[in-house]
Amino acid sequence: MRLTHFIFLLYIFTFFNCKQPKLGLTKIEGKQIEITDTLPIASEIEAYIKPYRNHIEKDLDSVLAYSISTYSKSNGELNTAIGNFMADAVYDEANPIFKNRTGKNIDMVLLNHGGIRSILSKGNVTKRTAYELMPFENSIVVVAMKGSQIDSLTNYLIKRKRAHPISKLKLSINENDKIVEAKIKGKDVKSDNIYYVATNDYLYNGGDSMSFFKTNDSLYVLNYKIRNALIDHFKKADTISPVIDNRFIQIKNK
Amino acid sequence: MKRRDFIQQASAGTALVTIGSLGLQSFTNAVPTKKITILHTNDVHSHIDAFGPEDGRNANKGGVARRASLIESIRNENPNTLLLDAGDIFQGTPYFNYYGGELEFKLMSKLKYDAATIGNHDFDNGIDGLYAQLEHAEFQFVSANYDFTNTIMNTHTKPYKIFKKDGIKIGVFGLGIELNGLVDPSMYKETKYLDPIEIAQDMSRTLKTEAHCDLIICLSHLGYNYRKNPNKISDLKLAAATKDIDLIIGGHTHTFLSKPTIVKNIEEKNMLVNQVGCYGINLGKIDFYFDSDKNISANGISIVV
Repeated sequence: MRLTHFIFLLYIFTFFNCKQPKLGLTKIEGKQIEITDTLPIASEIEAYIKPYRNHIEKDLDSVLAYSISTYSKSNGELNTAIGNFMADAVYDEANPIFKNRTGKNIDMVLLNHGGIRSILSKGNVTKRTAYELMPFENSIVVVAMKGSQIDSLTNYLIKRKRAHPISKLKLSINENDKIVEAKIKGKDVKSDNIYYVATNDYLYNGGDSMSFFKTNDSLYVLNYKIRNALIDHFKKADTISPVIDNRFIQIKNK
Repeated sequence: MKRRDFIQQASAGTALVTIGSLGLQSFTNAVPTKKITILHTNDVHSHIDAFGPEDGRNANKGGVARRASLIESIRNENPNTLLLDAGDIFQGTPYFNYYGGELEFKLMSKLKYDAATIGNHDFDNGIDGLYAQLEHAEFQFVSANYDFTNTIMNTHTKPYKIFKKDGIKIGVFGLGIELNGLVDPSMYKETKYLDPIEIAQDMSRTLKTEAHCDLIICLSHLGYNYRKNPNKISDLKLAAATKDIDLIIGGHTHTFLSKPTIVKNIEEKNMLVNQVGCYGINLGKIDFYFDSDKNISANGISIVV
């Protein structure tokens, strides 16, 4: 092979080797695009969603019960009709499950006033009503608490003076905020007794500053959502007619 | 005067960062620039329909059918596009309560999502509930720091996936948040959480040194930043403690940023951290331009956000 041929080959070899120079990152541009109603709707996607949406709408709007009046969490001092309804519904629906699993009964229920997320309107009650009242996924838990810890719970209620929904607990205070009566299921709270308190996982974890739940003897997770308890309760009831009662009151001297 | 111009530009929402020295304008080869587009969402939380006109905060925003048309138009403009999600696909509307995430996964498949990572709320129907919906997902779940070995999810996720678009190799890996204390243990069962920084260092080494990726993206559900809890791992901390990651797409904290955040990594090189709020209200779009090596050394990488 002549030298010129060799150089020519070398040239071709080099040429092909260099044909694809390596690429590297030179520039980055970043932005965010808002999804607004000025964008067209992809009709194929919309058509795909529609049967799912229709089924949900139909199910959410099917009538489960009838509410004889409109109930709001702002009607009532230390207890409200709507709060009493929710706490009693949690007791009624959760107690059979708890009893079935543990052989024990729930002694009382405590929820939070802020957890009532809407009014209960007069008229037909549907699943949608339950979603409006309780849009969150909070589940019912039962906490075993000593009587002394129930004192922390009642002190909290007295200090806050909010109509936190309760069931099976009766609390009366005088105008100096001293306890006149504190009974669970009609009996005085005894410091050595164990009480099974139903609440939701959010409050158990210290929500609404309810720090007293965490010093418990044991916790029972029912895997039962508050909203599902409401739906089950609506299904069993024909009419919803809760009242403000004397479960938590302040007795005022004239 | 020049300083004032810069401030005006910055206040108008535009900043330009240049790495490397400004040298002579180098000779350009006849190699066309390549462009890779990364589109991303996070924390969509089952928001399939747009918010209604009466919504107090997000009236008429979001909606999968509108997102679909936007993504399609971007793909038509640049077929070399990846579509990614940073987790919490589930939970937030009755669609999840009624169908358990089936429709979310089916729609993401129709929109041709390429990969997603797993958020804490994706365990809301338990790990079995997540597994049950996988048949509807035609995209890859990437999670490098959840060890699913002793769970039903074993072999159904990958630590990372490498995509090739227009000859550019893109490595995408996933990171999840610590589940203990956030999710009931009965939901995530035997899922083990591994240290995100160590895993991210492993991933970047694997993807850069062994797989020779041109672009490395971390899909993270760790959260953007925890001001009140500075020791908690976050995207900003992860970015500063690692190297070779070009982009962290975040989630979990529902952080709305006015623009992607430029962060210096452990080698003092600039990279991006982004998150686009929640509920499918926004779509993130990051374009990466590739050019011949000569131009990089001469001009550095410019980041325009």
